[in-house]
Order: sequence, then C-alpha cells, then structure tokens
Amino acid sequence: MSPASAVVASTLTPEGVAPPAIELRSIDKSFGPVHANCDVSLSIAKGSITGIIGENGAGKSTLMSILYGLYTADGGEIRIGGELAHIRNPHDAITAGIGMVHQHFMLVDTFTVLENVALGVEQGAILKRGFAAARRELERLAHEYGLRVDPDAIVGELPVGDQQRVEILKALYRGATVLILDEPTAVLTPQETDQLFCILEALKTRGTTVILITHKLREIMAVTDAVYVMRHGRIVARRRTAETGREELAELMVGRKVRLNLQKTTFTPGAPALVVEGVGLRDSRGVKVLEDINFTVRAGEIVGIAGVSGNGQSELLEVLAGIRPLKAGRIIVGGREITPGSPADPAAMRTLGVGHVPEDRHRYGMVGAFNACETSILGYHNETPFRKRCLHDHAIMADHCASLMERYDVRPRQPYLKSANFSGGNQQKLILARELARQPKILLVGQPTRGVDIGAIEFINRQLIAIRDAGCAILLVSVELDEVMSLADRILVMYGGRIVGEVPGDTADERTLGLMMTNSWPGVARPDATAMS
Amino acid sequence: MSGPRRPLPGWIDIGLIPLANVLLAFFVAGLIVLAIGANPLEAVRIMLVGALGYPEAIGYTLYYTTNFIFTGLAVAIAFHAGLFNIGGEGQAYIGGLGVGLTVLALDASIPPVLLIPLAILAAAAFGAAWAAVPGYLQAYRGSHIVITTIMFNFIAAALMVYLMVNVLIAPGSMSPESREFAVGHLPFVHEMLGRIGFVMGPTPLNLSILGAALCCVLVWAFLWRTPWGYELRALGHNPSAAVYAGVNPRRMIVLAMALSGALAGFVGVNEVIGVHHRLILNFTAGYGFTGIAVALMGRSHPVGIVLASLLFGILHQGGAELAFEIPTITREMVVVIQGLVILFSGALAHLSRPWFERAFSAIPALRPAAAADAKGA
Amino acid sequence: MLAGAFVAASVAAVTASAWLALGAAILIAVALALLHGVACITYRGNQVVSGVAINILVSGLTIVFGMAWFQRGGQTPPLPPDARFMPIEWPGASALHGVPLVGPVYADLISGHNMLVYLALLAVPLTYWVVNDTRFGLRLRAVGESPLAVDTAGISVAWLRYRAVLICGVLTGIAGAYLSIAQNAAFSRDMTAGQGYIALAAMIFGKWRPLPALGACLMFGLLDAIAIRLQGVRLGGFGEVPVQFIQVLPYVLTVALLAGFIGKATAPRAIGVPYEKEH
Repeated sequence: MSPASAVVASTLTPEGVAPPAIELRSIDKSFGPVHANCDVSLSIAKGSITGIIGENGAGKSTLMSILYGLYTADGGEIRIGGELAHIRNPHDAITAGIGMVHQHFMLVDTFTVLENVALGVEQGAILKRGFAAARRELERLAHEYGLRVDPDAIVGELPVGDQQRVEILKALYRGATVLILDEPTAVLTPQETDQLFCILEALKTRGTTVILITHKLREIMAVTDAVYVMRHGRIVARRRTAETGREELAELMVGRKVRLNLQKTTFTPGAPALVVEGVGLRDSRGVKVLEDINFTVRAGEIVGIAGVSGNGQSELLEVLAGIRPLKAGRIIVGGREITPGSPADPAAMRTLGVGHVPEDRHRYGMVGAFNACETSILGYHNETPFRKRCLHDHAIMADHCASLMERYDVRPRQPYLKSANFSGGNQQKLILARELARQPKILLVGQPTRGVDIGAIEFINRQLIAIRDAGCAILLVSVELDEVMSLADRILVMYGGRIVGEVPGDTADERTLGLMMTNSWPGVARPDATAMS
Repeated sequence: MSGPRRPLPGWIDIGLIPLANVLLAFFVAGLIVLAIGANPLEAVRIMLVGALGYPEAIGYTLYYTTNFIFTGLAVAIAFHAGLFNIGGEGQAYIGGLGVGLTVLALDASIPPVLLIPLAILAAAAFGAAWAAVPGYLQAYRGSHIVITTIMFNFIAAALMVYLMVNVLIAPGSMSPESREFAVGHLPFVHEMLGRIGFVMGPTPLNLSILGAALCCVLVWAFLWRTPWGYELRALGHNPSAAVYAGVNPRRMIVLAMALSGALAGFVGVNEVIGVHHRLILNFTAGYGFTGIAVALMGRSHPVGIVLASLLFGILHQGGAELAFEIPTITREMVVVIQGLVILFSGALAHLSRPWFERAFSAIPALRPAAAADAKGA
Repeated sequence: MLAGAFVAASVAAVTASAWLALGAAILIAVALALLHGVACITYRGNQVVSGVAINILVSGLTIVFGMAWFQRGGQTPPLPPDARFMPIEWPGASALHGVPLVGPVYADLISGHNMLVYLALLAVPLTYWVVNDTRFGLRLRAVGESPLAVDTAGISVAWLRYRAVLICGVLTGIAGAYLSIAQNAAFSRDMTAGQGYIALAAMIFGKWRPLPALGACLMFGLLDAIAIRLQGVRLGGFGEVPVQFIQVLPYVLTVALLAGFIGKATAPRAIGVPYEKEH
C-alpha cells in the first residue's frame, strides 16, 4: 500500500464547528467473496462539494448505494448531521434528506417529467392536487437553480442531459439536502457537463451538500472542495482540492503496485495481422461509443489498450470478435476485408484465426451449466476433431479438456465438473487455454486477470508473452494499468470512444497514462487517421 | 424474504428438493381427497391396482405414458433452448391432422409399409410447422412465445373443428369424424403379444410406445451428443455466450421450436393411426398441457421424462379406475394433481429450498460433505 | 375466473343468494391470485408456469368438487331465478318501447341487462380513472415499466405488485360469477372456454389501455354474436361462412398484432420479470 493510505478520514477532525452533513464510520460490505467496501470512513462538510474518486470497481458506487439504502452494510455506522441514522431502504434515505442521481437513471421512460418527479411523493391519493403543487414547485426550482425542463415532456424522449436534470429535480423535490451524483458526466457532452457544474455550484451556494462520484480528475479539479480517493474498496487518501493536483490524484487512484517481473524478450514485430480502419459504432440510443478507430497489430506484438472502463474498449473488442456487427469502417484480418457490407460473425472470425478471451467471462466466455469439457470447445464445437459428422466425440473432448487442464494447470482436474463450480482464476485459465490451443494468429484479450488470484495472474501473463514470441498478434484490453504496462509493446489510450494517444510500452509511465486516460494530458494528440497505423 | 442462496450438495439439489416438491404436491392432493370425504390412502391403493394390477391396466397406463413422453420431450427441448412452449396441445392436434390427411389421401393407393412412415413424417412436419411459426415470430419479430403458442392452441382447435365438421366428415356421418382408414394402422401391442402366445385383453397400447422410447434416445443424443444440441443448450443457458460461440440465435430458436413441435406432433401418430384409426375431435385431451408437468418434474432430461410420464400414466389410468370405484372422486383428480405438480415443482420450486438450507446447516453430520463439495468447486 | 364461476354457482345453489355467491367467488379468486402472487413475487417463480399451474389445477378442482358435492357430472344444479343476477328492467322501459328510435334503444339496449353487466361497464371508466388519476395508478404504471425507479423512489415494489394481483383476483371473481349465476344458471365444466385468454388478447389489442380494451372486448363480443347468427346462414357467392373462422379471429388478430403486422402494442417493459434487489 502507498504511504497515502495512512491518511484515513476518521483521523481527521471535522471542518468547522457544525457537525458534518454525512459521516460514515468503518463501513464494510462484501458480495460473496468480493470485499467491495472495507473499513470505509469519511466525513463530508455541510454545503460543500466533495468528490469521491477511484477506478471502476474501487467501491465508490457500492458505498453510495449503502448510503442511499439500496444495500445494507455488513458493518459500520452512518451519521447524518451528527445523528446516528438507520438507513434500511431508499425511503429512509429520502426521509433523512438524501437524494441520489444514479449512473443509470431511475426514471420511468414512458412517464412525463411531472409524473416522474411526483412518483412516491404524490401528496394524496388523487393525483390532480399533488400534480398542481409539483408543477408550482418545479417552476420554483427551475427559477432558483436554472433547472429548466418541460414538465409535460415524456422522459424517454428527452436528451440525456435533460433526463439527468429530471433526476436532480426528483431529489430536490423530495427535499434533499444532500445530493449524491454517481458518475454524472459519463453520458454527457462537454457542454452538458459545464451546465451540470453550474447547477452544482448553484446548489452549493444555497446550502445543499453535494457528493460527486467520478473517475475523471478534470471534474474533481473543476468543482469539488475536497476529495476522497478510493482503491480496492478502501479510502486511500483525502485531500483538499486546492492543495492537490491531477498528477498526485492520478497516482493515488491508479496505485503504485510493483510491476510484475516478466521476462520479456525483445520485441520483433512481423507483418500486420490485424488492421482496423475508421471503425465507428453507435449504441441503441444513437450515442457514439466508438469513433474513427484506426490501428494495426503486427504479428509478434502485444498492443495494449489502456483506458478507464466504459470508454469504448469493450465495444471495440466485441466488434473485432464479430459479436457486434460492424457498422462503419473496415477490418482487415487473415487476408479478408470485413466491411459493413460483408460482415463476419464470431464463427467466421474464428476461422480467420481470431481467438477471443472475452472481458466478461461469465457472460460470454462460458456457459456455467456446461461441464468443463463442453466449455473447453465453446466456439470450436463444429471443428475437427471434436465433431465427427453429426456427433460430438466425447472421448476426444474429454482428452482435449484434460490435456488443457494439465498444461494450463486448471484445478480441480475434473473435465466433467460444471464450469460454474471452478474458481474465477481456473475458469479464466480454461478459457485462455481453449483460445490458445487453436493457435490463433490474432488473439483478442479483455481483462485477462480480472477476479483472478495473483498466482494465476503471473501464469496467464507468461502465457501471453509466450504466444507473442511464437508470432501471435495480441490486442490486450485492460483497465489495470500495471498489466498493460508490463505486457504491451505499444499502448493505445482510449477515451470517449476514441484513441487519444499512443505510447511505447517500455517508456510508458503511470502518470502520463493516467492523465491521458482522463483526457487531461496537455500533449494528447487528437486522433489522426494516419498517425496510428 | 429469502436471503442469498447457500450452496447445497448436488444430491440435495438434484434429488431431494425435486422429490420434496412432488411429495408436497401429492400431500396437498391428499388433503383435497380428504376434503371431499374419501380416504386418501385407499385412493392411492385403488389407483395403483387400477394402473398396474393386471395386464390390461398396464397396457392403458403405458398408452398414456407414450403420449406424455412425446409432449414431455417437446416441452423439454424447448426449455433447453430457453423457450416456453405452451403450444404442445395445438401442435399435437395439427400433427394428428397431418397423419389423418396423409392416410385419407393415400390409403387406397400405397401399401402400409410406405404409408406408415409417410404418416409419421407428416405428423412431424405438421407439428413442426405449427410450432415454427410462433418460433419465427419470437425470433424475428419479438412476439412473446408464451402468448403466441397459447393463441395457436385455440387456432388449431378452431381449424380442426372447421375441417372435421365441414370437410373431412365421413359421408352420411352425424358426428364429426372422418371415415375409418382402410390401411395404415399401427399394430396393437395386445395383438402382437397374442401372436407369440401371450393373451391379454385389448388395450389402446400400440407400436408408438417404441417410437416414444426411440425419441427419448434420439433427443438425448441430439441434446448431449451433437453440435446442434450443444448450440441449442448454450443458447438456453446463456444467450450471450451462444452468440460468442458463433450460434445464430434466431435460426436456433426456430429450429428448437420446430423440433419441439415435431415431437408433440407424434401424439397424433399414437392417437390417429395407433388407436382411433380415423380423425376425431379433441383426441389430444390435454396431453400437451400434461407435457409441461412432465418436463418440469423430469427436469427436462429424457430419463426424468420417462419416469414422470410413467407416473402420470399411472395417475391417468389409476384415476379412471378411482372414479369408477369411489363415485365421489372423478378422473379430474388427475388434472388437479397435475396442476399441483406444476405449481410445486415449477412456480414454487424455491419454496422448500430454505428449509433444506436450514436443515443442512443445522445437521453437523452433513457439513463435511458440504465443505468437500465447496472445495471441489 | 373458472374457480369464481364454480364457487358462485355452488354457493348460490346452497344459499340461494346471488350476493353471497358473488362474495364467495371474489374470495376464492382473490385467494388464487394471492397464490400466484406468493409464487411469483415472494418466491420469484416463473409467472407463466404459475399461471399454467393454477389454470390446470382449477380446471380439475372444479370438477372434482362439483362431482363430490352435486354428483352431476361436474355441473352444479340449475339455479332458481332469485339465486341469480337477473336482468333489471329500467323504469319506463316498456312504456317507452313504442317511441320510435329512442324507445327500442332504451328498452332493449340500455335496459334489461343484469347488474353485473352494468358493473363491468362501470369498471372501465373506474379503471381508467384509477390508472390515470390516482396515486396508486401512477405507481402501478411505474412499477410495470421500471421497478428499480419505484424502489429508489422509496416505494415497496412487492406490496404494489401484490395489490395489483389482488385487484385482478376481485375482477376475475366477478367475471366468474357473471358466467355461472348471471349469464347462465349453473356451472358447467370448463365453462370459461378460454375467455380469460380472450381477455388477454383484448388487453393486448387495446394496447394496455382500458378504453381501447373495452373497444376490443366489444369487437370480440360482436364477433361472437356474429358467429352465432351466421351459423348455417349462406352468404351469396361465399357459400356458408364457417363459424370457426369468426370464432378464431380474436386469436389470429392478436398474433398478428404481436408480430407487429397491425400497429405495435408496447407492453410495460418490466412485465413478467421478478424484481431482485441484491444478487
């Protein structure tokens, strides 16, 4: 742990005389084996804007869900305005004056703004009177905070920025004095973000306490008074915003783990194996998730994609694997050109020599109810030697699985055990083994070591280096900066669905990457179609 | 409310809990028998004797079992693909129509050796087509398959009434039945046994039961031994992983429904060329719905389905005896039990789990096994 | 509905009181609805499985008990008029009958139905009002679209859903009573004959709104009436119109609607999804 972890909130004295608006003491929360929050203590001054910053999975959202009563903590206490509070459900939180704007909006899309705002606080069994009051109140709030939204608009038809205002209005209408915003800018354009910050300032001047959860340093610097940094479920630092800088926060947030000691041979790239040109993608709402992506991966090279999760890396992998249809641009792989007009599904991609270790192994990589044998041929189940005419040869499948288990040290060595009953690390080794066994020319790897114990991490990393040396082109996506830095020969940084920078693997440093990942590096090259390839 | 699930050893999950659910269903059924003033234990005895006590009873029991195997497999194969096919009734009906039309059209011109396979193919094709339409609508238009298959049951029923009353009715007949088929009957089992010297009274049990047994093996082999079955199960358990593996989910949905419908259609073979030797109305008699109970109880595995079908065969035949012996109880008691089984092993499947979890953590003798199981995991 | 019909007819046969019968029908339907609720809301069972189970269970139970109690092959004894809901003649109906246009409309169309018909017609605007203009209605619609939004607004999702299921029980209970003690004078086996599913079709056809659903019901009712009228009637050029074609229209139309061939009915998004808070 870094020395910064010694600075724990509970040792700080509350600022000023008034008791803090919110005080958390030793909050603990586990989900099964995952320790999401561990001894978290913090104190938030009344009328301030406090940031909580950390990487995805650091436990920020869990902490705030506990404060809002969506989860109950396993241990610890919550104090509101100095008083011990028991928050068992959102109703208690609302009564205690806490409002929350969730990352994924909690709105009824088919309802009007007015209906959404009044839901749960209708003031009487008949809607008419309550609605009239709500309309007046909305008018007042709009006037006071600049939160203008047409009360009769259907929420689902509003732009995302307006939907977020509805969420804020909902909280204020319920009399919130503490407003929690969970990654509020994740879905906003820069202009909408600026407007949001104006609103937050207005809230602050009228005495509302704001808690801003984010992984973007720029936002912390722009609006907060104080900031807590979380990592791996713990608070590792508290700073006054005025007394810190982006560099320090990036370092605290990413952490300074020792690089895994990898015996990496020198990098001898061969011919281009995967060429990506002008790839773009929009999600179902029409929001751009990928924009003009260009890069090349050569044989015998590991290209790492660094970035804070949710900046388009997952979608990029899915497009390259054929899971999402290509909508714009082209991909050249295995001597074939893939365009929106001539697409390739995952099976076609595999025949072109593309192996894929998916980011979310439970969702994509395996079928939990299948036994290890069956999982060990997922995606290759139509190929020889597993398929003989119309039948699967179970003896060969079992041998294949047993040999994978042997070579990749999957435990227990039981080919007929249900996949779901293996530990995360062993599941991952099995999936990796499956993809590597077919000797792919290109390997797409997403979060290879997520939820995997240290021993397995090392093993997996060594395997990746080994196949790179054997001439495989690897595209590695990871939110673990250490992993990207220790494995990749070249690092591309993604932000907001674009590639915003490229750094050679051996000269990369955390600070530069951290700043690029939050798009606050002054020298970030704007993406340029030719510069990348 | 129920808390997070604690892991239980496999034999409790696969063996004990389903058994407990079925017993619970029978217990409630016993209470109902008690409520109408009969003795439940006496009722069980009469049912068992009536279903298994003499050769003819066994014949009837196995005849019902045949139908339940077909519809149970039909529901199960759709379950494995993550689809809920409630349309087994209609698919069986239309499958029977296929059999009837084939035989009525060709029984004068083709020898039985060719006609019977053709009729069986027609049953599969008609049933498959009737199921593939809701499957297609689900896969390509997003129409909810539960609702469309229910609607298709009604449409099938209306279509059959129309055809029977207006088109296929035997000339001069007053009741809506087709003429009797000239050839193309499946041999009855009692006839075959009679030829080898074993005499038993006539029962509707016919050669279809071998077909049902064959289907069990084929369905098992398809699901667990072929690449298509592999893809079908992958789709049912985890659609995203199926897509990752290169499965086209839409095509697979249609295929799964077609297979399901074909299996249900075989009920038509058993009924139309096996028993009645003509087309009649309502020969499906709710077998399609029983298939849901059978599949749920048999955990969608052919072995389980055979056992569950046998149980429902016994209930059906025993229920008929029961109604005869105890006038206050009707055959519909079987329907009640069927409903209870679906309720307890399907909708309320989680009901008894907390009890086992509590019992499990309370009995220390069971725990080492659990620890070993967890370590294995 | 079937249970309601059976219980109403039984109670009416025993007590000779239509009102007691109606009450009993509602009670039993509510009990079954609760069972469905317990299975689907508390134990997060599959709604379809539970619905199918209850349908099958009741179709058997009614006959089992019917035989045990009345020994009439699953039917209940025919009811005397005073144990049923009989047509109510509106004041002045016969007097006005002679007046052209207004008279027949008033006497034959408006007057002369039984209590439950008027109740059903009243239920439509009532439902409309409850769903659109009350707090309960607002929350009800919200929980169907986004239970998470309702939960974060501090409202209990389970309690809301239980209330919805209970109301469903009351309404189907009345429907059952209507069948057996108002429209008919006894219960007969499976007398609902898929009318619960027709209602499902009507609801989809009405695009989940009470007033269009009434329209769909009237249309399906009209189809039914036409089917009865057309029995054996020859239309010039077509020959005899098969009754079944008309009877089957509601189902065909519903499938077509679901498939998006006639407009698009958008179901509430969270329909049929059990709400689980912590995974």
